[in-house]
Amino acid sequence: MTSLPSLPTPKKLGLVIDLDVCVGCHACVVNCKEWNTGGYGAALSDQDPYGAEVSGAWLNRVHTFEVVPGGGEVVGEAGDARIVHFPKSCLHCEDAPCVTVCPTGASYKRADDGIVLVDEAMCIGCGLCAWACPYGAREMDLAAGVMKKCTLCIDRIYNETLEETDRQPACVRTCPANARHFGDLADPQSAVSVMVAERGGVDLMPEQGTRPVNKYLPPRARTPLAESAGSLPAEDTAGATGLFAWLDKMLDRV
Amino acid sequence: MHPAPSIIVFTTLSGLGYGLAAVLGLGLLDPAASATKVAHVAALALISGGLMSSTLHLGNPQRAWRALSQWRSSWLSREGVMAILTFVPLLVSAWASVFEDRYLPTVGIVGTVLCMVTVYCTAMIYASLRSVQAWHTKLTPLCYRLFSIAGGFTAASVFGFCGGGNGFALCLLSAVFLLAAWVAKVFWRRNMLEAAPLSTPESATGLGGIGRVRLLERPHGTENYLTSEMGVKVARKHAAKLWKLAFVAGGAVPGVLMLSLMPIGGSLGPVAALLAGLALLSHMLGMLAERWLFFAEARHAVMNYYDG
Repeated sequence: MTSLPSLPTPKKLGLVIDLDVCVGCHACVVNCKEWNTGGYGAALSDQDPYGAEVSGAWLNRVHTFEVVPGGGEVVGEAGDARIVHFPKSCLHCEDAPCVTVCPTGASYKRADDGIVLVDEAMCIGCGLCAWACPYGAREMDLAAGVMKKCTLCIDRIYNETLEETDRQPACVRTCPANARHFGDLADPQSAVSVMVAERGGVDLMPEQGTRPVNKYLPPRARTPLAESAGSLPAEDTAGATGLFAWLDKMLDRV
Repeated sequence: MHPAPSIIVFTTLSGLGYGLAAVLGLGLLDPAASATKVAHVAALALISGGLMSSTLHLGNPQRAWRALSQWRSSWLSREGVMAILTFVPLLVSAWASVFEDRYLPTVGIVGTVLCMVTVYCTAMIYASLRSVQAWHTKLTPLCYRLFSIAGGFTAASVFGFCGGGNGFALCLLSAVFLLAAWVAKVFWRRNMLEAAPLSTPESATGLGGIGRVRLLERPHGTENYLTSEMGVKVARKHAAKLWKLAFVAGGAVPGVLMLSLMPIGGSLGPVAALLAGLALLSHMLGMLAERWLFFAEARHAVMNYYDG
């Protein structure tokens, strides 16, 4: 059923991504592909995998942006560009436009935990859900002809055959910088909710009216470069004492 | 947005087919004339051809029947349901004309209304997407319907001059709706070109508080599904040229031909039908260009992540 569940869902499982911490190593991207090509649904195919025009379906991608102060609050020195690595996957929106446009009922939002999924056996591969998503979270698998998207690793987080520490999305489990966090954003006491409250987590494109569950923590304010670098040693030797004073005197004579 | 040929062909052919069927439902053509019978068959062929073309872009067309199930929420599903429902009065009307030389007013009017509802559903598939700002306006379904009706009257005038009768009224209505459609379209395009973008790289990344946001590196070096599906960019000079072509071929030429045929068409005999046919061909060419631009010029919100 592609009508959305009666809102809000009791749980809102999702990710919190810390843009201050992400180093842009793409480990989450690779581990996501690795887990999901053998997990839920059809394998994530690649086209022309060893050729010049390689492409494929990925559920998580890392963009890198340069933020130039001046337009808004100046964080670094004026003119100092700031590099921000930006991982992006499905935001499991509360008002998911990708779900309601689906003509077949393949796309749905789970009523109990809010995860947005595709039932691949019902998907006709029309691509309209990918058009409806402003974030580019959905990609067509060109080999299987069905739409792929982040499942929040539903086959890990509820998987009791895995060690408890592994019962989180592959991207979160693998992140070496601890920039990705998984939890219930409906529970104000959860670690992710506390983090969002403390760091001022933001929604992406709130103007699109999608009410995303995933939140992004903005980079922390940075010390201006001039302050952190300190000043260079002075030319003046007037204050020198002891060995340095003697050396200074001797070198002057030479 | 990527202008997929199957979707362009679908929206132009089915739009014209529904327009012609809607005009036939008004009973302006003599139901006993051979030309009217051909018109009924032509309308059904255009609609069916368009619908079949629309299934060509599916990844799993064998499951297309499932698309009829989610009419409560999905405009695409509503369109599928309405398309099938609309076939009922259209087939009855066609049967009555082709085999019984009759026009059935009630069935005809129901068919006309359903044709317009179906075209409205087609347009709402696009107009309902907030992620494509150019499409997300009430003008989108208005343009689709006006173009469909204008095409319908233009096509009907060809059959009118071939023996269906009522050439004067059909030419007049064709010119009126061509004018209305292009006025609406000019407003639509002005809105697309001049509206402030709803989403920006700053709002897309949430980094606007720090400064201006510029893409430094894409996630991958090569193209992906998102960039090839939504990252089409048309050179401004080509877009301007195509827009002129669409307007001249789709509006000016058929409009002038229709207006000049209005007073004299009746006395020209087969030449009138030929000229009306020329107007129709020109209109179809213009509509293909208009529909190509409709997709190619529309910018998707995801391009805020791709510097597109």
